[in-house]
Amino acid sequence: MLKTFRIGGVHPPENKLSAGQAIITAELPKQAVVMLSQHIGAPAQAVVAKGDKVKVGTLLAQAGGFVSANIHSPVSGTVAKIDTAVDAAGFQRPAIYIDVEGDEWEESIDRSDTLVKECTLDAKAIINCIKESGIVGMGGATFPCHVKLSPPPGMKASVLIINGVECEPYLTSDHQLMMEKGAEILVGVEILRKAISVDRAVIGIENNKPDAIRHMRQLAEEYPAIEICPLKVKYPQGGEKQLIDAIIRRQVPSGALPIATGAVVQNVGTAFAIYEAVQKHKPLVERIVTVTGKSVAKPSNLRVRIGTPISQLIEMCGGMPQDTEKVISGGPMMGKAVVSTDMATTKGCSGILLIPSLESRRKEMQPCIRCAKCVSGCPMGLAPNLLMNLSSHQNWDGCEEERVMDCIECGSCSFTCPAHRPLLDYIRQGKAKVGAIIRNRNANK
Amino acid sequence: MSIVWISTLSLGVIGAISAIILYLVAQKFKVNEDPRNGQIVAVLPGANCGGCGYPGCGGFAAACVKAKSLDGMLCPVGGAPVMAKIADILGMAPAEVTPKVAVVRCNGTYANRKRTSHYDGAASCAIEASLYCGETGCPYGCLGYGDCESACQFGAIRISRETGLPEVNEDLCTACGACVKACPKGLIELRNKGPKSHRMFVCCVNKDKGAVARKACTAACIGCGKCAKECAFEAITVVNNVAYIDFQKCRLCRKCEAVCPTGAIHSVNFPPRKPVEAAPAETKPVETQA
Repeated sequence: MLKTFRIGGVHPPENKLSAGQAIITAELPKQAVVMLSQHIGAPAQAVVAKGDKVKVGTLLAQAGGFVSANIHSPVSGTVAKIDTAVDAAGFQRPAIYIDVEGDEWEESIDRSDTLVKECTLDAKAIINCIKESGIVGMGGATFPCHVKLSPPPGMKASVLIINGVECEPYLTSDHQLMMEKGAEILVGVEILRKAISVDRAVIGIENNKPDAIRHMRQLAEEYPAIEICPLKVKYPQGGEKQLIDAIIRRQVPSGALPIATGAVVQNVGTAFAIYEAVQKHKPLVERIVTVTGKSVAKPSNLRVRIGTPISQLIEMCGGMPQDTEKVISGGPMMGKAVVSTDMATTKGCSGILLIPSLESRRKEMQPCIRCAKCVSGCPMGLAPNLLMNLSSHQNWDGCEEERVMDCIECGSCSFTCPAHRPLLDYIRQGKAKVGAIIRNRNANK
Repeated sequence: MSIVWISTLSLGVIGAISAIILYLVAQKFKVNEDPRNGQIVAVLPGANCGGCGYPGCGGFAAACVKAKSLDGMLCPVGGAPVMAKIADILGMAPAEVTPKVAVVRCNGTYANRKRTSHYDGAASCAIEASLYCGETGCPYGCLGYGDCESACQFGAIRISRETGLPEVNEDLCTACGACVKACPKGLIELRNKGPKSHRMFVCCVNKDKGAVARKACTAACIGCGKCAKECAFEAITVVNNVAYIDFQKCRLCRKCEAVCPTGAIHSVNFPPRKPVEAAPAETKPVETQA
């Protein structure tokens, strides 16, 4: 019996068009646009000035607080300007523009492919190295990695969970990374295990990737502390709380951090980035991006330098299909439509999804028929129909009582609703308002 | 027959005892309400809009009775006549009332602002604003889904079909501030109605640099500062690439309007200056003429 999480879940069509496509290295852009806010938390503060020469791996911006991350140059060249650039949502945000000249790397970075297994650093030094390298959660949430590895006082991790689930339809970047860089990922997992001093690590992989499960099992034979756990296919298994429930059968209490269950969850992409940072001294300057869509000529998995405009990635995969009406950064369930393809790739961009016009529009909203599909689909055990009603009547107290803050915005409710009601839109609104009310209340205490 | 007597008597006694208990309880927990409270509620318009800052008309009446002077107390719906009646009831001097009106500071009409994307989510400005910048390149401007319109109890603000922007009917507007709270972009401001309803204001809040703002909307304030230089009364400040006219200092000379290169400064209800100029009524779709 395969494991899975116990509450809710839905089964969107998988559409993994780019599965099995070997990772191709994308060309360098002519100009890289590095956003200063690529992570959750405070924006980073630029430490370079216009005209500075930078190499790949040079520190561009320093973390702007504890919950923030350093940003390193993904290209070599000259800083053209420090200005604003349009982010995915269409707002102007601070960014560093770098004119690319050649491809020169910082001398300290080991660019060879040799696998370095031994890690001599102690836990503190590992976490510090991760912090310096600007590593964030690569699954898409972009939460600074060192914060998760430094549990609050009184909390102790007992198990490390590695997320190789990739439950979002279409995306295959983690899958392909496991196939090509499995050995490196396992070293990354060992480093992570050392950083939080736990003696058990579990890699969760959904059963729709049997090749990855086989491959990782084979590689993991030499690591007695690492276990590969195949999981039943169900969305949103890759959600942190869902994955903890699926693998160790513990539920994160409402309002608590996942560490309350003793589990620390990291993505396989993050584990690989940590391997490169700790063993090869390579900061986070590139990532794997899946470029896909039903009309895309060559759905591919690309190794992309941060700051490359997404239009260039689309060109590499056969150009923008004529019938494209919507471009999504991320997967179809949780990704966000972008306003312009001039937007630069960021650390959290796991996929570029081109949706043809036939599928891009929402269907007309119908009245709620109380079928409760959203209730049975919600992986957090909420009542989305009720929350939508409360939120549309601006009953924020009611929203808070109904645990709106527990919503993980996975979109299962909107996906499953036969009346096409925009449940998540309203719930997100409720979350924003209730979040502000709670922050206010805590500030006044 | 005795059953009738016994039941009548016992019911009567129970009734009498209950009446005494009720009377005693009523005396014990009596709320001494100022009779003026009721009188004030009677003269208030009863819109319960909350524009005064108190929870409904009852709350405002109670606050008036408690207050030592009527300074700063204003029923925006009733305005000066109602405040005079309240002052009469309380025997206080009526506070000076400067009538205000809601002003929408965006001129991103369909003609001025290109649509760059299509939004088909829930038809609400608040929800659209939480998702992304909006259908145009201007992340500061009006989204046009009418959260202000649905917040207004007086039918004073409506989204115009021609421009896609809210228009304020200043005869109906009571300056209760409901639309100000409803607008997720913070575009609506309560400004002094002005003498003969003459008003000047900067019809844009775009904080982006001039070139970026201009690219998104031809009527954007580009923060060039010409108006601030022209103003002899220091009423105009340019902060974060956008000009703002302080309506307390503005003397309505209209010089700033003449120098604005993008036409972001609007004058409302002034008589046309010269017959040669294009009719100003057409260049200010945000405000309807009274």
